[in-house]
Amino acid sequence: MASRIRIRAQLKGDECEVKALMRHPMETGLRKDQLGDPIPARFIEEVTVSHNGSTVLAAFWGAAVSANPFLGTRLQGGPVGDTVNVSWRDNLGETGEGETKIR
Amino acid sequence: MRRFSNTILTGLPMLLWALSALADTDGVFDEYRAMFGDENPAIFVIDEGEELWLTAAGPKAVTLENCDLGLGPGVVEGAYAQLPRYFQDAQRVQDLESRLEYCMIHLQGRSAADIHARPYSLRGDLGTEMEALVAWIAEQSRGLPIAPGQAHVQERNAYALGESLFYYRAGPHDFSCATCHGQSGKRIRLQALPDLTGHDGAAEAYSSWPAYRISQGLVRTMGWRMRDCFRQQRMPELIMGSEASVALQTYLAVNAAGAAMAAPGLKR
Repeated sequence: MASRIRIRAQLKGDECEVKALMRHPMETGLRKDQLGDPIPARFIEEVTVSHNGSTVLAAFWGAAVSANPFLGTRLQGGPVGDTVNVSWRDNLGETGEGETKIR
Repeated sequence: MRRFSNTILTGLPMLLWALSALADTDGVFDEYRAMFGDENPAIFVIDEGEELWLTAAGPKAVTLENCDLGLGPGVVEGAYAQLPRYFQDAQRVQDLESRLEYCMIHLQGRSAADIHARPYSLRGDLGTEMEALVAWIAEQSRGLPIAPGQAHVQERNAYALGESLFYYRAGPHDFSCATCHGQSGKRIRLQALPDLTGHDGAAEAYSSWPAYRISQGLVRTMGWRMRDCFRQQRMPELIMGSEASVALQTYLAVNAAGAAMAAPGLKR
């Protein structure tokens, strides 16, 4: 459940708009649950966007990013049918990945 | 004196800017929503809801596929828009949450205590079964007109009860729903308050729940919204699917009738 990513990559003129929505709780480690016990930190640390296998964006995230984060970026060119891949790794070592073709 | 008038002159545009910013506060959330485009994190919860509908559960190990949401067993498309409504088998008016509870008890053999243990997410949860099911079922009515039942006498009674609850002042703050939602153009802090006594305000509110709450990272249902309003009024806890909860939702749904469902919404 936690590893799901929804990606859209759409060519607009000579730019490709990539939108990725990731399913992740992004717990900061500072919140407490209903009983007052701390909720353990669990957040995405690394996000990578690749285009046909080569990395075009690498980001280092922290606990300040919202739950179920939404990432938008633009690639130069990229014909319809090319592969765009988005992946993340969180502080617990869990990973998530999603792939789509440029439309 | 000259310096003083300069201050006024430079101060005035600042003041006007601040006032216009105040008037535009809803614009901030509109901008936020615009950035999401067609995307709504509720989509994950909707997918989970569909999976849960098709997953065998309870002592009888059956799915909810034969659950009658008002349009016949298993018919999900368009069902949410026609709730709350009277159900002959249950002999009462039900909203989606109480109807799902009925199906979980009667089809799956589960206990009410189990269903009521945690119907809505607490802090740190990623969502509950009820929230996911409601999100998916409501999404299956997207674009369809809100048409709650009002033909049966019990349905009309639910509306009347909902209306009287809406205006009933109680609790340590002597609040009613109407205290905040009985006039148009009001806000609390920076949040605009819809007038739920009229069609436009009720339609905008009712059609957009269940909704993904950005500040909570969760999908919340109309039943939760009712319960949280009760909490904010310092009233006793409103029980999911109770007569009072269903009556309030009936009141809002009937006021909103005719408007198109737009759930899942995306809220602050």
